[in-house]
Amino acid sequence: MAALAPNNLVYERPEGFTDTPTHYCPGCTHGVAHRLVAEVLEEMGVIDRTIGVAPVGCAVFAYNYFDTDFVEAPHGRAPAMATGIKRVLPDRIVFTYQGDGDLASIGMGEIVHAAARGENLTVIFINNANFGMTGGQMAPTTLPGMKTTSSPNGRDVETQGFPIRMAEMLGTLDGVGYVVRRSLHDPKSIRLAKKAIRLAFETQARGLGFSMVELLSTCPTNWGMTPVDSLKFVEQHMVPAYPLGDYKVAAGVAQIKV
Amino acid sequence: MTHELWKGNEAIAEASVRAGLEAYFGYPITPQTEILEYLSRRMPELGRTFVQAESELGAINMVYGAACAGVRVMSTSSSPGVSLMMEGLSYIAGTEVPAVLVNVMRGGPGLGNIAPAQGDYNQAVHGGGHGDYRNIVLAPAFVQEAIDLTALSFDLAEKYRTICMIILDGCLGQMMEPAMMPEMKPIQRADWDWATDGRMGKRERRVLTSIYLDPVQEERTNLRLISRWRAIQRDEVRYKEYFLDDAEFVIIGFGTAGRVALSAVRQARQNGIKVGLLRPITVSPFPFEVIDQLVGRVSGFLVTEMNSGQMLEDVRLAVKGRVPVEFYGRMGGVVPFTEEILREIERIAAEPLSVDVNPREQWYERMVGMR
Repeated sequence: MAALAPNNLVYERPEGFTDTPTHYCPGCTHGVAHRLVAEVLEEMGVIDRTIGVAPVGCAVFAYNYFDTDFVEAPHGRAPAMATGIKRVLPDRIVFTYQGDGDLASIGMGEIVHAAARGENLTVIFINNANFGMTGGQMAPTTLPGMKTTSSPNGRDVETQGFPIRMAEMLGTLDGVGYVVRRSLHDPKSIRLAKKAIRLAFETQARGLGFSMVELLSTCPTNWGMTPVDSLKFVEQHMVPAYPLGDYKVAAGVAQIKV
Repeated sequence: MTHELWKGNEAIAEASVRAGLEAYFGYPITPQTEILEYLSRRMPELGRTFVQAESELGAINMVYGAACAGVRVMSTSSSPGVSLMMEGLSYIAGTEVPAVLVNVMRGGPGLGNIAPAQGDYNQAVHGGGHGDYRNIVLAPAFVQEAIDLTALSFDLAEKYRTICMIILDGCLGQMMEPAMMPEMKPIQRADWDWATDGRMGKRERRVLTSIYLDPVQEERTNLRLISRWRAIQRDEVRYKEYFLDDAEFVIIGFGTAGRVALSAVRQARQNGIKVGLLRPITVSPFPFEVIDQLVGRVSGFLVTEMNSGQMLEDVRLAVKGRVPVEFYGRMGGVVPFTEEILREIERIAAEPLSVDVNPREQWYERMVGMR
């Protein structure tokens, strides 16, 4: 294929990516989130000194797609593993990429304490309201009444509890520099999400403490919806339950211009 | 260098610092907390990493991360805390990165108590976590030995890209005795060809993981681990012999149980009983061959442990029923007195012994009868 003239080239694989097709389902927003992270790492010129920490969940193979060093953590322990790496290599950029089962269920202890300690890490948190990899079980983030393979009659809050709003919760901690929630359901939201991811990594690069971007995401396969309907579901049901917004922007972070 | 009075736990902490420990992650639990406390002061003053983790689970995964970054890293805990670390240990083993873990064992199972015990032998020597792997397990009996083995543990962990555990009990952790500290070794970060420390313009990216989705690849990894373990079995068996030259009976005990047995052996010798002691220092790899060679020379073995006979099984595996094996153990945090083991030595020297009895059954009957 002939190379495109630069003025016709509007879309290409970011440098932060390897040349590997992803394993994600059609219509899943993991690919979008991955791309935003890769673009930000490229724009900041830090690919070369970034170390990623993959979770257990759908993103377990994230290490195949980013052209950075990567490690693969036990389920939920990515923030602890990232702590170990960042503490001994403070000049590197270290990020975890975690789903809601990983981060908000089994990894609740690790994420809260990494945030409380103000670890200079960036966490990309994918909230798609279910356990994707194991086939769509209820997660702590599953909406009330939402049917999953382990809440077949819909999540009954009387017996199965209420959703956890991670961004709000972590926003209360003093060690946190930057915690926001964004969505990936339309182009405008995606642009805002990218800006937030940039700010999160800038927070880390400046040593301003823990940073996390929660991204409302789709799971068309396990939700049993078309990709388009999944995006509508996020807009109509996820956003009202998980309001988009900034839950902690430390004074130093607020001054960062990107 | 001069002898100083060192407490076991603090000796291990300082020895790890002098061996070039770059990062420590831990969580308080008796009877090992002095290691954490000591390093909380010592590591920051040297500009090194100390983090008190939110749990042992957090601590071992911080160790995992720092190990992947290629630095000398350690955690320490005691029995219930070590159980909590088993997930991380399995991942560290599966990822083939070096790490040091100290277990100052206490009475169990469950919350048990905080008294000295050796009930975690099986957990330590058989890997402990899920999947097929082994740990190098060192068992000091003296504070000086704890210091020496701490330094060795880092070298072994790095040489074989494996977990090196040091198991001792609350007795050795808490006791003070004169010991010599080695000179301070400067931190020398090795340029490992596996560490995920960032490409830094020098190389292609690296990935460290314990996932091998293709069973054939996983089996290949299992075989690689076994091959490494075979080299460890061949080259790293360590043990200490006492009075074995003319011994008719041989006591086998590790750590504190071995130390108490040594006092009993000395007394028995004064009473004219030709008894010796074999004290395994690496309980994993276990000195099978050493015991195998003793079989032809001795009339019987007595295994003493502070558990219900966990190492006993390894001894029986080595002896293969060729000569009698007897057992004496105390559990639950009870440390045997020298007199108890002396009595056992006198018993096996006087009584006819049989290869056809189960030593643990016999011991149990005697234990219950004692009460």
